[in-house]
Amino acid sequence: MITIQGKGVSAGVGIGPLYFYHRAKTTITRYTVEDTDAEWHRFKGAQTAAIEQLGALAEKARAEAGDEAAMLFETHQMMAEDLDYEEAIENLINEQHLNAEAAVADTSVQFAEMFEAMDDSYMQARAADVKDVSRRILGILNGTVQGGIASEVPVLLAADDLAPSETVQLDKSKILGFITAGGSGSSHTAILARTMGIPAVVGVGDALKPEYEGRQVIVDGATGNVVIDPDDMTRDRLMKKREEQLRLQRLLETLKGQPNVTKDGKTIRIYCNIGSPEDVHAVQVNDGGGIGLFRSEFLYLNCEDFPTEDQQFEAYKQVLSDMEDKEVIIRTLDIGADKQIGYFDLPKEENPAMGMRALRICLTRPEIFRTQLRALYRASAFGKLGIMFPMVTSVWEVREAKRLCEEVRRELKGEGIPYSEDVQIGIMIETPAAAIISDRLAKEVDFFSCGTNDLTQYTLACDRQNNDLGRFYDPHHPAVLRLLQMVTENAHKNGIWVGICGELGADLELTETFLALGIDELSVSPRAVLPLRNAVRMTDTRDSSARILAALADEYPAH
Amino acid sequence: MKQFVYTIKEAVGIHARPAGLLVKEVKKYQSAVTIAKGDKSVNALKLMALMGMGVKCGDTVTVSVEGPDEDTAAPALEAFFQAHL
Repeated sequence: MITIQGKGVSAGVGIGPLYFYHRAKTTITRYTVEDTDAEWHRFKGAQTAAIEQLGALAEKARAEAGDEAAMLFETHQMMAEDLDYEEAIENLINEQHLNAEAAVADTSVQFAEMFEAMDDSYMQARAADVKDVSRRILGILNGTVQGGIASEVPVLLAADDLAPSETVQLDKSKILGFITAGGSGSSHTAILARTMGIPAVVGVGDALKPEYEGRQVIVDGATGNVVIDPDDMTRDRLMKKREEQLRLQRLLETLKGQPNVTKDGKTIRIYCNIGSPEDVHAVQVNDGGGIGLFRSEFLYLNCEDFPTEDQQFEAYKQVLSDMEDKEVIIRTLDIGADKQIGYFDLPKEENPAMGMRALRICLTRPEIFRTQLRALYRASAFGKLGIMFPMVTSVWEVREAKRLCEEVRRELKGEGIPYSEDVQIGIMIETPAAAIISDRLAKEVDFFSCGTNDLTQYTLACDRQNNDLGRFYDPHHPAVLRLLQMVTENAHKNGIWVGICGELGADLELTETFLALGIDELSVSPRAVLPLRNAVRMTDTRDSSARILAALADEYPAH
Repeated sequence: MKQFVYTIKEAVGIHARPAGLLVKEVKKYQSAVTIAKGDKSVNALKLMALMGMGVKCGDTVTVSVEGPDEDTAAPALEAFFQAHL
């Protein structure tokens, strides 16, 4: 038995014979041609065939993985018929009398180099697209078939790395799992594997040797474990895990469209955390009930200067209209601490977690805040918006922020710009101060959302970025849970709702606790929605709540 | 010739996807469309050249439209920029 550790990027257990992906080798023979016209037509024929193939692949990708995946092949299509690309090939054939294969290969290198030389990592990665397109045209010119799986039985597919077009054209019924030497969690193979629910482990390096081909292998896409020739015990253990996962997967699928209701009829809202408008798709696929936290930082992080009101308005409007009548809570700027941006010109601090960040920046530099608030209110006309302020410690901060909101509304009214009158205003509870005075804060706002990552860090005086603190950083600590209890009671006494938008919300060990406390909403990453719904539906608060509340109040706990 | 100036709002700039959509849009018209940023300018039908310009969020580009249907193409393209870029 040999065990290899890689990076698990798509959960699930796959078991079967190992099979190495055989890439059709395209050897380029270079020669000169007399009849350049015929050679040009030979290229045009291959180009047309490539464009047709890419069109078919786009449709296949659309069916298997959605519009985003299809767009990739449509882009490849446009690259294949790009005027400059075509012209460069034409020149090489006409002027240097090169054969079509050599002309395509040279042009591929030339365009790939152009992308590689750009100062933007996204554009640099497009070099792989040019090469992928060129390889396809060369394959057609050479008459070589594209690589594939020449096996009758389903296999675990191993490769150095797979190009997106290669991944999509594979016959999925033959694939039990992917193992690649290179790649990352955001590589195309990983994304497609996750979309299609096929286990995948990437980054195993050269540990996977060619002589393993054909031997029995188990891949665990959750842990990143790859086991060659597993012994009986390992196989039994992983097979059990596989069955358990398959059962859970089937169960989760059936939960789409179902309510988040406990056995005794208590409901809780399950919303999603997102970081950009593109994430809305994942919210819809996973049946999220709304967006409980839309981090607005991406607008600031992706720009070299402050994003304008219009830029922000467009992004907010897109999310609000895509979510239709579902609630979308947008958190105002949360820069500072671990998220620094050059053009803000923030002075260097000894202790940024306790420094100039989030709402503190907004109240100190109201011109930045005002731009964002105007964009938010303008967007409010297109959906159901909630605005949430991060990093609150005092009542005056909330009043000042609300006053700015009021000013912005008055301005818009004066300018005749439409906005919604029903925008909810809420705050993050992420400092012990806010939790302790939550009775007073509750009188100022429409909702609370607890940011448990920072609440834990500040309550326990434990730096969340210091990995050495391990067991000291304990989000299950009774101090944190008692604060959540206090916040919930104060919210409900004042008739407002309370949610959790930190990582703790998705912690299934605490689902019963949150239900016992009476939390109204949990906002989690889109992929956590269905497992969480399942946990809620398994709970009977008649059994659990009294026990949990008693334990939380216990003066002498067992440990 | 019709011209308009536009500041890119799309957070990722003129990346592959918006560039692809733009080429598709320009193909609908007979007019020649060029996009200029600083002293560089490209034919808007050329996907890779367009991507190669490396236009980022916040950059200002000048779009020129010249041809028999420029009166309809220019406002349509301006609307396209506002919607996608």
